[in-house]
Amino acid sequence: MRTLPDLSRITCPAPLARYATVQLAHGGGGRLSQQLIDELFVQAFGNPILEPLHDGAVLNAGGQRLAFSTDSFVIQPLFFPGGNIGSLAVHGTVNDIAMCGATPLWLSAGYIIEEGFGMKELCAVVEAMREAAAQAGVQIVTGDTKVVDRGKGDGIYINTAGVGLVREGIRIGADRIEAGDAILVNGPIAEHGIAIMSVREGLEFETNIESDSAALGGLVAAMLDAGGEDVHMLRDPTRGGVASALDEIATTARLGLRLQEAKVPVREAVRGACEILGFDPLYVANEGKCVAVVARRAAERILAAMRAHERGTEAALIGEVTSDHPGRVVLRSQVGADRIVERMSGEQLPRIC
Amino acid sequence: MKYVDEYRREPEAKRYAKAIAHTVTQPWTVMEICGGQTHAIMKFGLEQLLPASVTLVHGPGCPVCVTPIELIDRAIAIAQRPDTILTSFGDMLRVPGSETDLLGAKSAGADVRMVYGALDAVKIARNHPDRQVVFFAVGFETTAPGNAMAVIQAEELGLDNFSILSSHVRVPPAMEALLGAPDNVVDGFLAAGHVCTIMGYREYEPIAEKYRVPIVPTGFEPLDLLQGLHMVLTLLEAGRYGVQNQYRRSVTRDGNLHAQRMLARVFEPCDRQWRGVGTIPASGLKLRAELTRFDAEQRFDVGQVTARESEVCIAGAILKGLKKPPQCPAFGVECTPDKPLGAPMVSTEGACSAYFRYARGQNERT
Repeated sequence: MRTLPDLSRITCPAPLARYATVQLAHGGGGRLSQQLIDELFVQAFGNPILEPLHDGAVLNAGGQRLAFSTDSFVIQPLFFPGGNIGSLAVHGTVNDIAMCGATPLWLSAGYIIEEGFGMKELCAVVEAMREAAAQAGVQIVTGDTKVVDRGKGDGIYINTAGVGLVREGIRIGADRIEAGDAILVNGPIAEHGIAIMSVREGLEFETNIESDSAALGGLVAAMLDAGGEDVHMLRDPTRGGVASALDEIATTARLGLRLQEAKVPVREAVRGACEILGFDPLYVANEGKCVAVVARRAAERILAAMRAHERGTEAALIGEVTSDHPGRVVLRSQVGADRIVERMSGEQLPRIC
Repeated sequence: MKYVDEYRREPEAKRYAKAIAHTVTQPWTVMEICGGQTHAIMKFGLEQLLPASVTLVHGPGCPVCVTPIELIDRAIAIAQRPDTILTSFGDMLRVPGSETDLLGAKSAGADVRMVYGALDAVKIARNHPDRQVVFFAVGFETTAPGNAMAVIQAEELGLDNFSILSSHVRVPPAMEALLGAPDNVVDGFLAAGHVCTIMGYREYEPIAEKYRVPIVPTGFEPLDLLQGLHMVLTLLEAGRYGVQNQYRRSVTRDGNLHAQRMLARVFEPCDRQWRGVGTIPASGLKLRAELTRFDAEQRFDVGQVTARESEVCIAGAILKGLKKPPQCPAFGVECTPDKPLGAPMVSTEGACSAYFRYARGQNERT
């Protein structure tokens, strides 16, 4: 007979005082997620490679720097306008590697599949991964498959981990950011989250809103070609949106960020959907976007390179770094007044009235 | 015309700000009733555009914030029953009850589901004939007709597994309670634009008369709010009172008669306790006698519910406009959106959450 572990003997290194159980918000990408990471995982595993808590880890293998990242995909619905859980799983990890200033090369794919999941659906997911990997120029080189009892999984969960080679002479990090740096984004925001919401809630909009899920390895390469060392920081704003990503950057860099609301690109259909639902596009998830913090003198050059690339045709300069209000993101609203932009603390909830 | 960007244009906003500055010759205090208006004011930083002599205070127009803690506890108790599905608008899920909130109950195994509207709850009831489906019906007069529709639909479908937990509140009695209070500081009101879209503004005329205050039904975009403020301040400076309609593209004097009929078919006024404020006579809505079988409070006996409010939370003073969130000692310290002590910090319409999200550490004009 198996003895179950005696949980009463386990002492948590940093008690998460308020919660006795894990909440949905702990996985939401906002403040509570950050708290869980800081107080549990970093406390337990703490090491200098982990500590920057960037999208991926940068390893040194005998002189060659490698970027290493992992991501798990539990999204519902599994199939959505613009992609499915498979393509997302490839794009997500490829992008995390790219955000380290690295060329993504190799992925692993781990599947946890619920008994009874359709074989046709599984094939569609895998085919999407094949195509996404080919387009991104990466190979899926190892993997694992588990099947769990019916009712013990949500159809399918996928984990991908990825390795890439960090480019020579490039070092991405919050410590490289300086006052005066420019903040760039490669295109219109909030599309993925709204696309998902529209399927999940059965909402229909006049224009079809598709997820922006895409691999950004090529775009980042073009940006690094144009800007080199002047590219200080890269982040892909997934859960929690552009706002949370920038807030994290402001916190780790210990500098202030100023955003111009009028300059942040949002497609009209997405803006309309956000208005109806009462969502702020700055907090809605993206899967094909990157925000970059670059030296001011290189901003125009890098923007030009982005706009010449298919994943950056609508790239825009949306703000700047300042030594004022360190750790805070301040937005100049359309009407010319300022407000603070914070990390979300949970999920955005739709308006009532 | 999409009615969004046109109402957010900076040159027009600056023009209104200038006009307001030219109009005021003395200090005035204006209250916006609706939490959605509070958030718009904070989100667009409109207070920064106003002269210092104009003080904006934020009213109790957040139906989530004013839901009594007992009702939250009751909703949680109902959700914890194995045979029930508790459905609710998103905001209510995070409002703290005495021990926990609905999301906490969900993570402990209760079947709690977020819906966008009451009719979604009816759909769930139809799809789960073996379970009791309860809709936490919260709202001012804006959402009440939609909630009434759900009851009507359930009645027509002959559903015996659908009921509502009613937490409806009405604006006019709340306004009278504020104006009649000895510590009232408010000189004029921006009335809630969407409430007035449903109810019209006839009900406000006797109130404006009796208390000699200007009341201006106002929209939610920056230019709406600035225009509404300008109208109120112009009336105040001229020593005039009465109702003037800013939100003309949505509000008429009589309102939406069909919605009102729907409301009256299902609900009738009752006394209602407002969290942090107290009982305001005739300020709530309850199911009419012939429809009480749809009342979840009657259908489910969850025993005695003893509510415990946080001793630190000053929601009452916030909701009456007597204090602003930064004046609360717990604001941003013990009380944050992650660990709220009271409803105004949770709700997307609550004053405390508006200040925390948009203005913490900035521009505090207390």
